[in-house]
Amino acid sequence: MTDFSPGFRGRTHAFEGRLPPGQYPTESFPVLSAGPTPHLATDRWTFTVTDGTGGSRSWNWDEMMALPQEHPTVDIHCVTRWSKFDTRWQGVSLDVLLDGVDTTAGFVVAESYDGYTTNLPLADVTGGKAWVAHSFDGFALSPEHGGPARLLVPHLYFWKSAKWVKGVRLTVRNEPGFWEAAGYHDYGDPWREQRTWSD
Amino acid sequence: MATPAPITTAGPAPSGGWRPARLEQRESRTTTGRTLRFSVPGWPGHLPGQHVDVRLTADDGYQAVRSYSLAAPADGDTVELGVQATTGGEVSPYLAEELPVGARVEMKGPLGGWFVWDGTFDGPLLLAAGGSGVVPLMAILRARRRVRSDAPCTLLYSVRTPDDVWYADELAAAPPFLSVRILHTRQAPPGSARTAGRITSADLDALPAPPGSRCYVCGPTGFVEHTSDLLLAAGHPADLIRTERYG
Repeated sequence: MTDFSPGFRGRTHAFEGRLPPGQYPTESFPVLSAGPTPHLATDRWTFTVTDGTGGSRSWNWDEMMALPQEHPTVDIHCVTRWSKFDTRWQGVSLDVLLDGVDTTAGFVVAESYDGYTTNLPLADVTGGKAWVAHSFDGFALSPEHGGPARLLVPHLYFWKSAKWVKGVRLTVRNEPGFWEAAGYHDYGDPWREQRTWSD
Repeated sequence: MATPAPITTAGPAPSGGWRPARLEQRESRTTTGRTLRFSVPGWPGHLPGQHVDVRLTADDGYQAVRSYSLAAPADGDTVELGVQATTGGEVSPYLAEELPVGARVEMKGPLGGWFVWDGTFDGPLLLAAGGSGVVPLMAILRARRRVRSDAPCTLLYSVRTPDDVWYADELAAAPPFLSVRILHTRQAPPGSARTAGRITSADLDALPAPPGSRCYVCGPTGFVEHTSDLLLAAGHPADLIRTERYG
């Protein structure tokens, strides 16, 4: 029993067990980004994996499209508290892009064309948990949602799924990214409500 | 991109950062827009442009949390929020119409370390608001008014109709450093020189926003996307444009 917010009833949510604490379901697809949306042409797009010892490999757009494609259907959770269920994507698994990289790195920094960065443990982008996604709901990913391609790491808050992704850089040490340096949680597990430094 | 300011987390915050917040006053700004003034004992202060989380609890224990922008600069334990009631919304109609004055909710914050004006940037400002996106920009304007500075400040404010303007009186009495330009997208006032319609490059060209202005753009996604594209095309560099999008 509480004496807060008298008369508030709320809605019965139909997504029991799929809605992390403090989230609410949305039908729309809100946009969150810190600056203007870059408009990138696919004929000038590349994705680069840097292994941390000076080695790198890159794919252009056609090469990325020629890699094995996956079609994940996943729930996504934004730190601004909306969750969206059963979102349908198409993209290339990070397992394919990181295959054969010889590294002692334990982390990656995802880097975007607008200068945005976000850090993740290597273990969280391998093992079928992360993709470079270029289609949403059967259509090319629109610029405001991160197109032509964004990272998709649905088990973490969605700021980890860097829009306009340009590549990933493997790092031995953990390097906080843009929001992580600004007070957002370093790891960002929605089920443990890891929103900010104080969580 | 520059490095954002870390979120301030001064002061011990009880139980996961949630503080009781008592509604002191509710003011109508438009037919559906309200500002709510709360007293929040122990509030650590905030920067203009930041937001808070508000948590409501039903009798059966069900809780709902939403984010709302701070409408005024830090002022002791007083916290003012802007709430736009959305039809069928779970939380905003309750806050806008039902929560009794004198009753309490729970509040967490301040939140956000990027869409802020902390006073260290004292160059010209261009603030672009769509609808209720004016709320965090009003906090910046009000803070800016407290600072002795000659740097110009421009508010470009896009609304559907004349009835949708928040803070009409306060904006009409704008101080000398501030120019206010209101654009109507659906219905312009009688005698208006500008035809109703969304913001264009000609609207931007007409603004007294010198090169090197820092731009803050806040509103619905479509407005922010369109306006920041226009700002880029007008020569404002991307690293001087900060955006906040509402749903």
